[in-house]
Amino acid sequence: MSTVAESEADATGPESPASGKPAKHIPGEEGTWIFILGDMTVFALLFGVFIDARSKHPVLFDHSQAILNQNYGAINTLLLLSSSMMVITGIRAIRHDIRGLAPAMFLGAIGCGLGFAFMKYLEWSEKFSHGIKPATNDFWMYYFILTGLHFFHLILGMLVLTYLFVQSRKPALTVRQFAFVEGGACFWHMVDLLWIVLFPLLYLVK
Amino acid sequence: MTRAALLRHPVSVVWGILIAATLTSWWLGTDHGVSNEQTASILILVVAFIKVRFVGLYFMELRHAPLPLRMIFEGYCFVVCTTVILMFVIE
Repeated sequence: MSTVAESEADATGPESPASGKPAKHIPGEEGTWIFILGDMTVFALLFGVFIDARSKHPVLFDHSQAILNQNYGAINTLLLLSSSMMVITGIRAIRHDIRGLAPAMFLGAIGCGLGFAFMKYLEWSEKFSHGIKPATNDFWMYYFILTGLHFFHLILGMLVLTYLFVQSRKPALTVRQFAFVEGGACFWHMVDLLWIVLFPLLYLVK
Repeated sequence: MTRAALLRHPVSVVWGILIAATLTSWWLGTDHGVSNEQTASILILVVAFIKVRFVGLYFMELRHAPLPLRMIFEGYCFVVCTTVILMFVIE
C-alpha cells in the first residue's frame, strides 16, 4: 500500500509534482465537500434571515449590538485564523514528511480552539449574568442561535483535530488516510470561515 | 524540505494579511476611521468575504482544486457577499 510520502509524485497534494505546474487536487474526499458546501449554504441562509430580521427592528438590533463586547469576537477571529494556519502547516508537514511538526501544529490548533471556547464561555456567562437570554429580544435570539450553532461546529471541529493529531503521529499514512486528514482539515477551515462572516455580521455592522 | 522552508510559503503571507485585515475591521467597527456607518459596514463586509476567499483558496487549498469545485467556492463567495450587502443596503 503506498503512503503519502512515497507517492508524492501522485495526486496526494498540490505541491507534489516537480514538473512545475501543480496537479489539480481535491483536498479530502469528495463526500466531505458535499457536507462542507451544504453546511456553508445553511449558514448563508441564516445570514440572510438575520439581516432580514434586522431590517424589521434596526433600532432594537443596534442597541442590543452595542452591548456586545467586540474584543471577544475579534480575539476569537485571530485565534481561529492562527489555528487554520497551524492546520495547513501540519498538512504540508505530513506531505513533506517533516517528522514531529504535524502533531505539534494540530495540538496548537486544538489549543486555539480551546481558547475560542473559553472566550465564548466568558462572553455567554457575562450576558447571562446581566439577565440577557435568547428570549430577551430578536437580536439576542439570533445571536445565541448563530453563535451556538457555530460553537457546535467548533466542538465537532476539535474532535476532528484530535483525529488529525492521532493520525499525524503514525509513521506513515496511506493515500486514503491522508485524504481523510485533508478533509478534516478543510472542515476546521470551514469553522474559521463561518466565524469570519459571523463576527462582522453580529458585532460590527450597523 | 526544512521546517523553515515549510514556513516560507505564500500561506504564511496570507495568514499575515488575514490578521492585518481583522485588526483593521476591528478598528473600523469600533467607530474609528470612516465616519459614515453604512460605508464602514459595507467595507467591513467586503473585507470579510475577501478573507473567506483567502481561507478557501490558501488554507483549504482550493486554488489547486479542479475548476468546478473552485468555481462553486468562488461563486459562493461572490453570491453570498453580494446578497448580504444588497440586503443590508436596501433594508
